[in-house]
Amino acid sequence: MEISLTVNGEPVTRDVEARLLLVHLLRDELGLTGTHWGCDTSNCGTCVVLYDDEPVKSCTVLAAMASGHDVRTVESLEWEGELDPVQQGFMECHGLQCGFCTSGMLMTARALLDRDPDPSEATIREAISGQICRCTGYASIVRSVQWAAAHPEGKRS
Amino acid sequence: MQVPAPIEYERAVSVEHAIGLLERLGEEARLIAGGHSLLPMMKLRLANPEYLVDINDLHAELGYIRITATQVRIGAMTRHRELLESDELAAVCPIFRDAERVIADPPVRNRGTLGGALCQADPSEDLSSVCTTLDASCVIRGPEGERTVSMDDFHLGPYETVVGHAEMLTEVRIPVRPRGSSAYAKVDRRAGDWAVAAAGAALWVDERGTIADARVGLAAVGPNTTGIPEVSAALRGRPPSDEAWSLAGAIAAQACRPVTDSRGTADYKRHLAGELTRRTLRAAWERVREGGAA
Repeated sequence: MEISLTVNGEPVTRDVEARLLLVHLLRDELGLTGTHWGCDTSNCGTCVVLYDDEPVKSCTVLAAMASGHDVRTVESLEWEGELDPVQQGFMECHGLQCGFCTSGMLMTARALLDRDPDPSEATIREAISGQICRCTGYASIVRSVQWAAAHPEGKRS
Repeated sequence: MQVPAPIEYERAVSVEHAIGLLERLGEEARLIAGGHSLLPMMKLRLANPEYLVDINDLHAELGYIRITATQVRIGAMTRHRELLESDELAAVCPIFRDAERVIADPPVRNRGTLGGALCQADPSEDLSSVCTTLDASCVIRGPEGERTVSMDDFHLGPYETVVGHAEMLTEVRIPVRPRGSSAYAKVDRRAGDWAVAAAGAALWVDERGTIADARVGLAAVGPNTTGIPEVSAALRGRPPSDEAWSLAGAIAAQACRPVTDSRGTADYKRHLAGELTRRTLRAAWERVREGGAA
């Protein structure tokens, strides 16, 4: 079946199997391997992307369901050579070690800060509660998001 | 790698269209809303529909929370996040916000729907317990028109409802009575997990402050989320008190039918059913006393 959606601002049309999951469309068909594919059971959250500006687990959405919608992946965060403040925050505050959960964490953080530019620690922890990190623990991820909240213009602020 | 078996996909643009598609495609067609129960089951081949009818475009038609003095009406496509964030709903039925805080996690709540949760009929599912507690009724639409069934009659067993072929749940209706409130509590193994056991409670008092009615709905301790009519019978006419809540807890523990599984032993779940019943009734009573929640 033919689907048409917007991925990172670009219109995309593909002929896909109806059973294709959004995560596999992004990774295998579009080569956007920044979105990771982990547990397959909507538990780990490494596949989180923004779907009409809201975080969703792309292993539990059919590509067909995303037709007509707007999807943003981690590849959209960097802009003209400049990292998004949440990416910079993860660098500044050791928000990652192996990096497997990072793209999902970054997208959730971006969506959170778009909605609530000055979230409490509890709000940040709630926002990332559907995503699992097995390296750093969550303290440094929370600090990374706080760094981004404190530097909305990134390094320049 | 878990992927669903091959399927055909259709997208409905209205309730009538969805019902028409189900009629035309036959028994092997299933509605998909948020998909966070159905897609995992399809990956595991526990569900093998030939056709999926995507009803997400019906959110404009069926995504709503309408509150009057006597009734709350919630559209079946209302998403968990909307139920969590509605201050108006929390003011009338605080049990919804209690439950939504502990249902799955934010990305899942962005997709999952009230109708999908009820139709999944998982014995551990929280919103079924909430709706049972609140004495909700379910509006089901089909080719012949609309019918309304109570939550007691909605579930036929685990993963089974009275929603027939070419029918769909469109709305949940909750009666609003004066001088009442509600609460929900759940014990889970980790954040966002299914309940080991959970309880909802709703309480109403009369003008003299005596319990006019009380309802308890339990999750994960029986084949379906279940109301406990014996609790209602025992509490009506009593003054609100810790003794009353303890009595209700003992009745709930006695009445439930838990089984031992990976989430806990039957004895532990029975203990939780009693304790959570006691706590949620007390919490509901405290809310009635605070006077805020009607």
